Amino acid sequence: MTADEKNSPGLIQVGHGHQKDGGTGIHLMTLEKAVNWARKGSLWPMTFGLACCAIEMIAAVSARYDIDRYGAGVFRASPRQSDLMIVAGTVCVRMAPVIRKIYDQMPEPRYVIAMGSCATSGNIYDSYSVVQGVDRFVPVDMYVPGCPPTPEALFDGILKLQDRIMQRSVFYKKPPEVMKT
Amino acid sequence: MHPVAERIQQVFPAGFQRAVEWRGDLAVQVSREHIHEICRYLHDNPDMDYDYIVHVSSVDWPDEAERFEVVYEVYSIRRRARIRVKTRVPEDDCIVDSMTNIWKGADFMEREVFDMMGIRFRNHPNLIRILMPDDYPEGYPLRKDFPLRGKGWRDTFSFIGEKN
Repeated sequence: MTADEKNSPGLIQVGHGHQKDGGTGIHLMTLEKAVNWARKGSLWPMTFGLACCAIEMIAAVSARYDIDRYGAGVFRASPRQSDLMIVAGTVCVRMAPVIRKIYDQMPEPRYVIAMGSCATSGNIYDSYSVVQGVDRFVPVDMYVPGCPPTPEALFDGILKLQDRIMQRSVFYKKPPEVMKT
Repeated sequence: MHPVAERIQQVFPAGFQRAVEWRGDLAVQVSREHIHEICRYLHDNPDMDYDYIVHVSSVDWPDEAERFEVVYEVYSIRRRARIRVKTRVPEDDCIVDSMTNIWKGADFMEREVFDMMGIRFRNHPNLIRILMPDDYPEGYPLRKDFPLRGKGWRDTFSFIGEKN
């Protein structure tokens, strides 16, 4: 383990090429860690903006904030090519089966970020038509609070999700997902 | 009284009920039986020429005998004049003539009134729900006696458990 890695747990450096010293270097690590490192560095999100949070998500993607620095900038229009669903906005009950269908179409491993108070808990919309939190029908990995969250808050959620991805075990069969209504 | 309201009262003495003018906006209340021919007159007569339908909405007055009110707001682009035509319907027989054969734009707005308030429109070409799902079971959400949080529909998801 290098000194850099001790200082920033969760970040693995492959080789010394990043340090611009010209050396390639060799690192020893578990395969699991390497797989997780690859997964966390290429989180491709789904474009799934539902309300005003989508505007902040668009700002996070754009040049000033640049979500691509975390490898999560390749927004895919198809759930079949994406790893991460950022549910940004108020979810109406009529939209719920669509979200669940998109989630089911995403290949594993898949992650869900509930961005903003509406996707987290329904926010002030305690109404007949609004789902009180997207976690009622899809498993959520990270909640980002805010109304709407700033791009920095979204980045914090993505970085924390990356930390969690690093802690996951890769080589075991996942038990079937249990969802209660 | 506003000249347009006077004219309506003159031509349709049986249908005209009252006219209110407030801050330059004219609102005319007419009877349900005559609203279609009054609107036809407002649209076709060259002195009226109300050719653009701005909005169709509805009001719930839960304590009154004729509970629901349907409001048509129309505009004359040439004359730059607005008029609001209202009519009342009771709860047990809440049906109004559709204006879609006068203003085609009334189609979706009347569907919204039907979806949210449960007022039906006679001769409407496609009177189905527009905002809520077609098989929404709980009734009409914008009525005053409808609970704000619904009747449990939003907490049950039929698609969960389909696969497992």
